[in-house]
Amino acid sequence: MREIINYFKSIFFALKSLWTGMKVTGSYFFRPWTIITQQYPENRKTLKMFERTKGELVMPHNDKNEHQCTACGICQMNCPNGTIAITSLSIETPDGKKKKALDKYIYNLGMCTFCGLCVKVCPSDAIVFSNKFEHAVFNKNKLVKTLNKEGSTLKKGVE
Amino acid sequence: MPFTFSIYDFTGFTQWIDATLRGACSPFWAVLWEMVIVGVLFLAFYAVVGLYLVYAERKVCAFIQNRVGPNRVGPYGFFQTIADLIKLLMKEIISIREADKLLFNLAPFIVIVTSFLALAAIPFAKGLHPIDLNIGVFYVMAISSMGVVGILLAGWSSNSKYSLLGAMRSGAQIISYELSVGMALVTMCVLAGSLQLSVIVEQQRDLWFIFKGHFPAVTAFIIYMIAATAETNRGPFDLAEAESELAAGFHTEYSGIKFAFFFLAEYMNMFIVASLAATVFLGGWMPFHIPGLESFNHVMDFIPPVLWYIGKTAFIILLMMWFKWTFPRLRIDQLLNLEWKFLLPISLVNILIMAFIVLMGWYIGL
Repeated sequence: MREIINYFKSIFFALKSLWTGMKVTGSYFFRPWTIITQQYPENRKTLKMFERTKGELVMPHNDKNEHQCTACGICQMNCPNGTIAITSLSIETPDGKKKKALDKYIYNLGMCTFCGLCVKVCPSDAIVFSNKFEHAVFNKNKLVKTLNKEGSTLKKGVE
Repeated sequence: MPFTFSIYDFTGFTQWIDATLRGACSPFWAVLWEMVIVGVLFLAFYAVVGLYLVYAERKVCAFIQNRVGPNRVGPYGFFQTIADLIKLLMKEIISIREADKLLFNLAPFIVIVTSFLALAAIPFAKGLHPIDLNIGVFYVMAISSMGVVGILLAGWSSNSKYSLLGAMRSGAQIISYELSVGMALVTMCVLAGSLQLSVIVEQQRDLWFIFKGHFPAVTAFIIYMIAATAETNRGPFDLAEAESELAAGFHTEYSGIKFAFFFLAEYMNMFIVASLAATVFLGGWMPFHIPGLESFNHVMDFIPPVLWYIGKTAFIILLMMWFKWTFPRLRIDQLLNLEWKFLLPISLVNILIMAFIVLMGWYIGL
């Protein structure tokens, strides 16, 4: 007797759980406005990317053309595929000390896997990922970018 | 025979064609011409329905998964499947060196011809019924189970382990689930008292069988839906293809238009199974009638039978697509358990209940 009850119970629970699944998929089917796919080339003007999108590496400069990079080279050491190359020069501070300063921050977008380790390890938050993601160019040399702007200097107070 | 055409009754129209042809040439040629006309119409119908079922499936699956689906070729991606067909037509047909050439080339035709044959017995509307066999239900059942021969041949002749595994699974599956489909249909035939599809449709004039037969009819409908999904090799019973385990199952080695044949035949089988369900359970082309409500029945009669038929078939097809994109695939032992431990015993008891109800006259209706 117990077995017969279990038999019908299993049928009932099977149908119930199947119906639970069908309710979920059915609710999506009958509400097409919940579709989350972006119609990319058409909505290019109104496209809003998420803050966390890793588009490309950039070095923010303030309006006085100052960046925060001290040319310590930690990002270069942490990069798994040698995307970053930093050249530094030594400058003399007003009080007569010799100090390392950034000459060129070279970033090869073509080799970047967007792992984000460089941003994570940067002690002075000098680099961030921007949301720009349209990188197509006709020549791969154009993917090698210098991130610090012409004539930029280190922001005061960043050591 | 005067020319008459009505969207509600095609009998006059088809008889007019017949009379005109017989008047114009000898009976032999008249029959031959009629066969050619019906054949060409069916080929066109087959292509259109097959292509647009593929399109419908892709759209339904996309909506269920919160996507948009094909939307680039034509408005709403309406010509996507036509583009796909052109691509498949242009592709190279690769011949396998170690394959059994004859059977390898024959298999897709067996699959597609069987689905084509089954289509002949389906009543589309009043008077639009190619052959009204007095054993219509039995004929469709018998023909549609022939398709597995093609699948087995395809799997065996490909000389590939994936194909063979897929084909063997398909064999075990179809042999088992054929029983439940048959039993569910027999249940309804007990209620109808006939195997002739036109008679079955005519008997649902007052009320569709699924309402007329109440409890056992609904049970039979559920069993039929499960077993028919399995019989057409569709998910969640698509073990014969099982993309994630067997590459593409029995049609792994096929390419180009021969692959397209298998693909089209799958969708056509779905269409046949759905139209059979619509005919036997939901009244085929018969409008929705409620006994006693004369004015309501009259309003329903204004909708052409063809639309009723298409609507019901589309509903069943949508149901099957909904199953496919909701449930995960069953394992082979679960599949056989479901059939032999649950569906078959229940449908056997169900026939008994239905026979008793018919005997006592406990069904709803006149």
